[in-house]
Amino acid sequence: MDGEGSVPVAEDPARRRRVHGMLKLYYGLNEEGKAPEQPESLDPCDINGPHFDPELYLNKLRRECSLTELMDQETCMVRQIRSLDSDMQTLVYENYNKFISATDTIRKMKNDFKKMEDEMDCLSANMAAITEFSARISGTLQDQHAQITKLSGVHTLLRKLQFLFELPARLNKCLELQAYAQAVNTHRRARCVLQQYSHLPSFKGIQDDCHAIMDKLAQELRQKFRDGGSSAKDLSECVELLLQLDEPAEELCDKFLSHARSRLESDLQGLEAEIKPYPSTATKDASAHGSSSATAPGSPSDGSPKSSSLPSPASNTDILEFIDRGCNEFVSSLCLVITSYQELFINHAQKGELASKNIPQMANGKLHAFVDDLAARYFMLVERRIQEEKGVGDNSLLVRALDRFHRRLQAVAKLLPGSAVPNKGTEIVIRAATERVKQYLSALQSFYMDSLTDVRQALATPRLSVAGTSVAGPASGRDAPTSLPELLSSLSASILNQIKSVLASVHLFTAKDITFSNKPYFKGEFCSQGVRESLVVSFIKFVCQSSRQFCETAGDKGGSTPPALLLLLSRLCLDYETSTISYILTLTDEQFLVQHHSPVTPVTTLCAEAREAAQKLLNHYVKVQGLIISQMLRKSVETRDWVNTIEPRNVRAVMKRVVEDTTSIDVQVGLLYEEGVRKAHSSDSSKRTFSVYSSSRQQARYAASYTPSAPMDTNLLSNIHKLFSERIDIFSSVEFNKVSVMTGIIKISLKTFLECVRLRTFGRYGLQQIQVDCHYLQMYLWRFVSDENLVHFLLDEIVGSAAHRCLDPAPMEQSVIEVICERG
Amino acid sequence: MEDDAPVIYGLEFQARALTAQAAETDAVRFLVGTQSLKFDNQIHIIDFDDENNIINKNVLLHQAGEIWHIGASPADKAVLTTCYNKTSDSRVVSCAAVWRMPSDWETGNHESPDESAHNPQTLELLCHLDDSTHGNAACVLWEPMGDGKRVISLADNHALLWDLQESSTQAAVSSTATLEGKGQLKFTSGKWSPHHNCSQLATANDTAIRGWDLRTMRVWSVRYNHSHDQLVLTASSDSRLILSNMVSISSEPFGHLVDDEELSEGEELHQEDKGKEPLKDSVVSTYEEHEDSVYAAEWSSADPWLFASLSYDGRLVINRVPRALKYRILL
Repeated sequence: MDGEGSVPVAEDPARRRRVHGMLKLYYGLNEEGKAPEQPESLDPCDINGPHFDPELYLNKLRRECSLTELMDQETCMVRQIRSLDSDMQTLVYENYNKFISATDTIRKMKNDFKKMEDEMDCLSANMAAITEFSARISGTLQDQHAQITKLSGVHTLLRKLQFLFELPARLNKCLELQAYAQAVNTHRRARCVLQQYSHLPSFKGIQDDCHAIMDKLAQELRQKFRDGGSSAKDLSECVELLLQLDEPAEELCDKFLSHARSRLESDLQGLEAEIKPYPSTATKDASAHGSSSATAPGSPSDGSPKSSSLPSPASNTDILEFIDRGCNEFVSSLCLVITSYQELFINHAQKGELASKNIPQMANGKLHAFVDDLAARYFMLVERRIQEEKGVGDNSLLVRALDRFHRRLQAVAKLLPGSAVPNKGTEIVIRAATERVKQYLSALQSFYMDSLTDVRQALATPRLSVAGTSVAGPASGRDAPTSLPELLSSLSASILNQIKSVLASVHLFTAKDITFSNKPYFKGEFCSQGVRESLVVSFIKFVCQSSRQFCETAGDKGGSTPPALLLLLSRLCLDYETSTISYILTLTDEQFLVQHHSPVTPVTTLCAEAREAAQKLLNHYVKVQGLIISQMLRKSVETRDWVNTIEPRNVRAVMKRVVEDTTSIDVQVGLLYEEGVRKAHSSDSSKRTFSVYSSSRQQARYAASYTPSAPMDTNLLSNIHKLFSERIDIFSSVEFNKVSVMTGIIKISLKTFLECVRLRTFGRYGLQQIQVDCHYLQMYLWRFVSDENLVHFLLDEIVGSAAHRCLDPAPMEQSVIEVICERG
Repeated sequence: MEDDAPVIYGLEFQARALTAQAAETDAVRFLVGTQSLKFDNQIHIIDFDDENNIINKNVLLHQAGEIWHIGASPADKAVLTTCYNKTSDSRVVSCAAVWRMPSDWETGNHESPDESAHNPQTLELLCHLDDSTHGNAACVLWEPMGDGKRVISLADNHALLWDLQESSTQAAVSSTATLEGKGQLKFTSGKWSPHHNCSQLATANDTAIRGWDLRTMRVWSVRYNHSHDQLVLTASSDSRLILSNMVSISSEPFGHLVDDEELSEGEELHQEDKGKEPLKDSVVSTYEEHEDSVYAAEWSSADPWLFASLSYDGRLVINRVPRALKYRILL
């Protein structure tokens, strides 16, 4: 304050600032409130900012501005100060006016309250007077009221008595008019009163009369109920009345149900009559089939399709009709019975006082037993009918029938919650579905076996022609090329088609519009376990299995399976391994949206199985072909007297035959398998390598082995030779290519040759004949094998062994051998 | 418990014939007959010292011809039979004969082993088992456990039962049997059944016993282990010897009806086996020590867990049943 007085006029910016600060104080605009809003106004030269420093501002002005500007600034400032002053004065004046008017209002209110207080006092006085009057009036009316009440009580009592006395007559009348409901109603009203006063003789009389009448009435009702002919409404009324007459509810239920049962049973018999004809034919058929299969157990695949096709033409109603009839007759009447029964015994009883007697529970129990019993018989019939459905041709009929069957059972489920019937129905559907899957599997299997038989026949016919033309030479290859790959592709395509059509048929079970398709079984297990595992996977396994059986049985029967079939199946299995299996399974998984809850056979396992089967078949093929050639060689060695033989002039015919057969096998294998790899150096020159084999190495060996003074050298040499050559595994697995297969066959053949030679003793010309034969083989066989050294080695061994077993070992000149061989 | 390494013995000549010396039950001893067309053939007597894994050999000369089959008398250690090929006038004839080893081969050997190798002693011929009407002899089989008086010879498709008289110096055919069938069937091998009082004979012709071992091309020799007949030894042309455990053909089967008589040897084993998991038919092991076709395999008569095999190149290998299997069968 002291500052204000002493502030000189010249310092007006400071004074104005103070005024400004007070104004701000008045409007609540303190500096704290403003600071966050305008943080930028820290500039001490901002005249409106909170940190305004007049000294700095003044200095700044003085430094920066010219005199005229300063003058302008000053006038501007003075103008602003004036306008602020006038604003302040206006505000002070307005506030004063408001204060004055408020004081006036308060004074006026004080006067009004005083008047209101007076009026309230007056009101309370009046109310007191009214209360007093009212009390006085009610006091005077008290007596009359009591009298009236008493009179009215007497009146009602008299009315009741009159009702009682009239009761027998009234009941009789009702009975005559057959107004049973009214009678029962009336009697019910009187019953407890009569019961209560039955010690009075007059009442007792009435009660007895009533009882007699009511008994009669009950009799009539029962009669009516028993007749059963009356409409459902009558019947229900009847039951209701009987219940009210304390008739034992259990008995009523039983009676009702036995009525219903007789009707339903006639339905069932009708159904049974539909399948009645079959059991006889079916058993006959079964027995016939049984005997036929007993006589010819070797051909079950042939027998089953015939027997399964037999009942289908014999059935005069198809399964859809049958199920339809079952649904329309049996299931719908069952539903009706259930509804009316529930109406009568359960819903009604629940309303009335009878509910306390546990009647609903009892009645419900009876109903369930009843329904279960009948449904079980129905299901039995349905299942019998379904079992007769063996033809796998059209699946849609069965699926539709099952769908209808299942759908109608849902009605029962709705009517009778908690009943086991729908579940059992679903079980039947599931059983039928799994049975179907099994039938499809066996159909697929027999289809597969049939196609194999076809292939076999197809192989047999061209083989004849091949055999006929093979003598002519290269023509032998011509028939086979058209047939083998074609047979393979047609076989594999027809199997695939069959699988696809079966999948399509089975897929009907899971179609969206089929009611049971959304059951968890059909969503999950049916797809994964049923279709994928027991249909598709089982079939693939069956294919592998049966292929493997070809390898096993053929050994005993001595090549009953044509080698070409082995080769073809091997290729089929290999194709399965590389692509078909995964294709089929992917197809299945896509169609059935299989969700693998339970563990399923992975594709790799199946592929491994198929590969194993392919390998086995191919190995077996090699073995069979090898043994066929071996047999020729063996016979040729064993049946000849090698000691006393003439000087060789020709290659023996057997060797030519061996080469021919090997060539035709090569053609055959080449049709189905790729060439494969052979060791590179063998490709061009048979001559060169052969001459190495025959001249240098062989000569060296002979030189060593036939000097009688050095018996050890032979062994040493051959042992050393063996030490450095790889051991030949005669029965090693072959690879999936032509060269490997041919190598296997030739290995087996030559090894047999070797073993046979070792069992014989040779003369000079015997040895020479062997030399010629081996040379001939060498000329032709090298091209078939992967490593020609193998052929060299084995032929070496043969000639060596023959030399060992020779009484007079004098080998033939290499040039002579060559001449003989080239002459053919 | 490592299984011992096989013992290998090499002969100079090619050989097919191998037998265990049946009358010898103390030492492990095998007889090997060689095949050579140019030199005198030999019979090698091979003793195997089980403890030291050492082989001792003795050589006897067999000048009659190359030996295709050899058999040792079950009664007399020194008596043996051979089937041999004789060539005369550019004809090959198969003969069979009973021989006696020189009595001092054993002692002489011990004194100067080198000398005996260079100057082998010769066998003494006891008698020929010849019957020209019945073709070439393939093998001669002694009646096992007998007194060395009866042998059977297989010749082509005939089986002849001989009675040996007067210390085996005379032989007379007492009965014959003929194999009938399509084609030219020939007996190649055979064996008396040790059971049923030696009244049965099993023979093999060509591929008829191939069923034992499907893998091999031609099985040349099948031998049961004489006291544990579930062990079957097969030798084959692919230079392999296979020891199979064929429980299914064992006379001590699990859950089969067995004659007590049959079990004379294995009875106590049978009792112990009862509570055990049956062993499955399987190949126990494959021996690949041979480099050439193996034509003969034989169990030792002294040690039932020991066997020898002979390949064409003259290599004799002595092997043992793996211990693990041995204990499984025994315990």
